[in-house]
Amino acid sequence: MHMADALLSPAVGTTFWAGSLGIIAYCSKRLKNDINEKMVPLMGVLAAFIFAGQMINFTIPGTGSSGHIGGGMILAILLGPSAAFIAIASVLAIQSLFFADGGILALGCNIWNMGVYPCFVAYPLIYRTITRRDKTPGRIMIASMLSVIVALGLGSFSVVLQTLLSGRSELPFAAFAALMLPIHLAIAVGEGFITGGFVNYVRSVRPEIFDIVEGTGKLRESFSMKKVLISISLLVIITGGILSWFASTHPDGLEWSIEKIYGTAELPGHENGIVPKLKDIQEKTTILPDYDFAGKENRETAGTEKSWPAVNAGASVSGLLGSVMVIGLISIFGFVIRIFKRIRN
Amino acid sequence: MLTFDKEYFNIGYLDTLSYKDTFMHRIDPRIKLLTSLAFILLVISFPKYEISKMIPFLVFPVVILSIGDIPLIFILKKLLIVSPFALFVGIFNPILDTAPMYSIYGVGISGGWVSYFSIIMKFILTISTALLLIATTSFPGICIALEKLFVPKILVVQLLFLYRYLFVLAEETMRIVRARNMRTFGRKGQGMRVFIQIAGTLFVRTVERSERIYHAMCSRGFDGRIRMMKNFKPGFIDIIFAVVTITVFVILRKYDIAKILGDLILQ
Amino acid sequence: MSHHIIDFKDVHFAYPDRTEALSGISFRITHGESVGIVGANGAGKSTLISHMNGYLMPAKGRIIIGDAQLDKTTRSDIRKKVGVVFQNPDDQLFMPTVFDDVSFGPLNLGLSEERVIERVNEALNTVGCYDLKDKPPHRLSLGQKRAVSIATVIAMQPDILVMDEPAANLDPKSRRQLINLLKEFKHSKIIASHDLDLILDVCERCIVIGAGKVRADGPAGEVLLNEKLMKENNLELPLSLQRR
Repeated sequence: MHMADALLSPAVGTTFWAGSLGIIAYCSKRLKNDINEKMVPLMGVLAAFIFAGQMINFTIPGTGSSGHIGGGMILAILLGPSAAFIAIASVLAIQSLFFADGGILALGCNIWNMGVYPCFVAYPLIYRTITRRDKTPGRIMIASMLSVIVALGLGSFSVVLQTLLSGRSELPFAAFAALMLPIHLAIAVGEGFITGGFVNYVRSVRPEIFDIVEGTGKLRESFSMKKVLISISLLVIITGGILSWFASTHPDGLEWSIEKIYGTAELPGHENGIVPKLKDIQEKTTILPDYDFAGKENRETAGTEKSWPAVNAGASVSGLLGSVMVIGLISIFGFVIRIFKRIRN
Repeated sequence: MLTFDKEYFNIGYLDTLSYKDTFMHRIDPRIKLLTSLAFILLVISFPKYEISKMIPFLVFPVVILSIGDIPLIFILKKLLIVSPFALFVGIFNPILDTAPMYSIYGVGISGGWVSYFSIIMKFILTISTALLLIATTSFPGICIALEKLFVPKILVVQLLFLYRYLFVLAEETMRIVRARNMRTFGRKGQGMRVFIQIAGTLFVRTVERSERIYHAMCSRGFDGRIRMMKNFKPGFIDIIFAVVTITVFVILRKYDIAKILGDLILQ
Repeated sequence: MSHHIIDFKDVHFAYPDRTEALSGISFRITHGESVGIVGANGAGKSTLISHMNGYLMPAKGRIIIGDAQLDKTTRSDIRKKVGVVFQNPDDQLFMPTVFDDVSFGPLNLGLSEERVIERVNEALNTVGCYDLKDKPPHRLSLGQKRAVSIATVIAMQPDILVMDEPAANLDPKSRRQLINLLKEFKHSKIIASHDLDLILDVCERCIVIGAGKVRADGPAGEVLLNEKLMKENNLELPLSLQRR
C-alpha cells in the first residue's frame, strides 16, 4: 500500500506533500490550542506501539501466509483524529527512513493515503456515528470493520490515482483499480477484525484505560462535524474533478503520461525554474547538436499514440556504452575514496 | 519466524551507523536533508523513457556511501528486501507497451522495457539515497533539521518520542513474540486471536508506561512545552557541500553524460 | 537550611479501583537525613514516592514539604525542591540524547543557555557520565542509564533526592559504583528499595512499611537487624548480616 518514489512524478509528489503538510499544520494548531499535557508522551509511545505491533506477524486465516497490521484506524480510535494524524505521519516518516518503505518524496502521498482517510473520513463519519449511542462489542466490531474497509479502500484508490497521474506506469486505470481494490478489501477485512477485536479486548481487560485515553483527548467533544463535512466535500470535488477530467481526456484510460500533464496542467514550481533555463543554456552551448528538446518531446508525445518513430541505432548504442562506462567510473571513484580513507587512517 | 528479530536489528544497525563520525556524518543535517530532497526530485522528474541520463546520478549515493563508511552490501541487501510495490506495478509496462523503441545491433527493445528500467533506476536511486541519509545522520539530528525547516514542533516532538521508545517497545515486543514462538508449533497459536491478545497486553503496558513517563516529565518541570537547546549553524564546509552537490545535480540533469562519453568512444 | 523537611501526617490514598494503597502514614524527615524505605511488593512504596512531588495527592491527611503544604498551587514549586529518580530509567530518560535529557529540567526552570550547559556538565561529571553526552539513551548500558537518570535530577539542584529502586537489575560492579555515588551526596535522601544491603550501606534511618502503614521507623542498623520485624513484613535480614 506504500506509494513509491519511483512511480511518482514531481508534480504529484509535491502536490500531495503540500496537502499532507497542510493537514499536519492544521492538526498541530488544533492540538496546540487544547492539548492535554499527558497527550505528549502518550502520542509518542502509542505510535511506537503501533510500530512494534506492525513487526509482529500472524497467520491469515485460510491462506497460510502471514501478515501484519497497519494500525491507522486503531490510532484514530484511541487518540482522536488530530493527534492520530500526527502520530500516523510520524510512523510513516520513520518507516520511509529506516525501512525505506516508499521513499521520501512518496511520504507526502503515503501520509495522505494512510492518514487522511482513517482520521478525517472513516473515524468521524463511520466509527463515531455507529458507536456514539452505545459501545457494545458488536457495534464496535461492525464500526471498526466498516471504517477500515472505507479507509483502506479510499487509500488504495488514491494510490491508483497517484500512480496514473504520475504517468510512470502503463497500467490502465480500470485494470489497476481492479487489481488494487479487491486486494485491499481482503486486507481491510482482516485489519478491521483486528481493530475491532483489539478495541474490544482492551475494553474488556482494562476498561479504565479508555478513560485515561479518552479523557486525554478532549478534542473529541469539540470536534466540529461541519468542518469535516466541508473538507470531505472539498476532497470529493477535487478528486471527482481530477477523475472526470482524466476520464474525458483519456476515454480508455490508457497511456497517461507525465508529458501530457506537463502540457495541460500547470508545471510544478521547481520544474518551471530549472528546465526552461537549462533549455536556454543548452541552446547556447551546442555541445549536443543532435540531442534537442524539441525532438525528444515529439518522441514522447508520440508515445500516446503508440507509434514510435524508428530511433537511430547509433544513438542508442552510444547511450548504452556510455552508461556502462559511467557506472564503471563511479565504482572506481567510490573505491578510490575508500582506499584513500583507509590509507589516511 | 525470525522476521521480527531481523527487522529490529535492521533498524538498530542503521541507527548504529548514523552515530559514526565521518565527514558525511558531520555535515549539517539540514544541508543533507535538502540536498537529498533535491536529488530525489531531480531523479523523479526524468520522463518515463529516460535511462542513460539517470545513470551518472549514481555518483551521489556512491560518494555518500564511500565517504560515510557505510557498507555497500548492507544498502544492496536493503534494496532487495524493500517493499517491491514499484517494481510490481512497473512490471506491467513491458507487457502493455510493446512498441519497439530502440534497436541495438538489431535487437529491438520495446518502450515498455525502457520505461520499466527507468522505474527500476529511479527506485535504486531514491531508496538508496533515503537509506544513506538516515545512515549518515542521527535521527535526532534530522528532527532538529525538520524543526528548523518549519515543520510543526508537535510533529517533531512526536518523532523524537517515537524514535526514543521505538527501541524500548521493540525490545519488549520481541520478548513477547519470542515467548509466543517458543510455545507455538506449526502454525497453531500464531493466529489473529493470539495476536490481538499480545497487542492488547502490549498496549496496556504502553499506556502505563506513558503514565510513568508523564510522571517523570512532570517532576522535572514539564509544562506542556518541550524545550531543547540546539546550537548548530551551517559552517563554510556545509555550504560548499550544498553548492557543489546542487551544481553537479543540475549539470547531470541537463547533460546526457553517458551519451557524450559513448559518442566520444564511438567516434 | 532547616526547611528541607518532608512531613507526612496521617496520609491516606486509594486508587480509582478502590485498592487502598496508603492507610494513615505519618513520618517526618529532616534536613540532611538519608532514609531508606523498605517493604514487600505492594506495600505502598511507589505510591508513597508518587506523593512526594505531588504526582498523586493524598485523599486524607497532609503532606508538608519545606514550608509549604502540598496542594495543586504549591505543586510545581515543590517539584523544584524534590527530585525523583524513578525505578525504570527508560521512563526517566525520554529525550533523544543524554544532553537533551539532562538539560530538560534546567531549561524548564527558565535558566539561561550558559547556565544550563554548566548545570548539565556539572551533573554529568558528578555521576561520571560526561563522555556519554551525545549518546542516545537506547545505546547506554543499564548502569549508565541509572547514572544518567540521577544526573537528570541533580541537574535541577533539588533540596531532597528521592529514589525508587536505584540499584534494581544492576551488575555487582555498577551497583557498588552507585552506592559510592549515593554516599557522596549531601542532599536529604529518601531511597525506596528491596536491596536491604544498599539501605544499610547508604542510609542512617530506615522506615518499614507494610499494607499502607508504617511498621517501624528507626536507625537502619537496628531496624534491619530485627529479624522478627523483617519476617513479619515479608522481608529478610540484609545478606551481609546473614553470614554472621
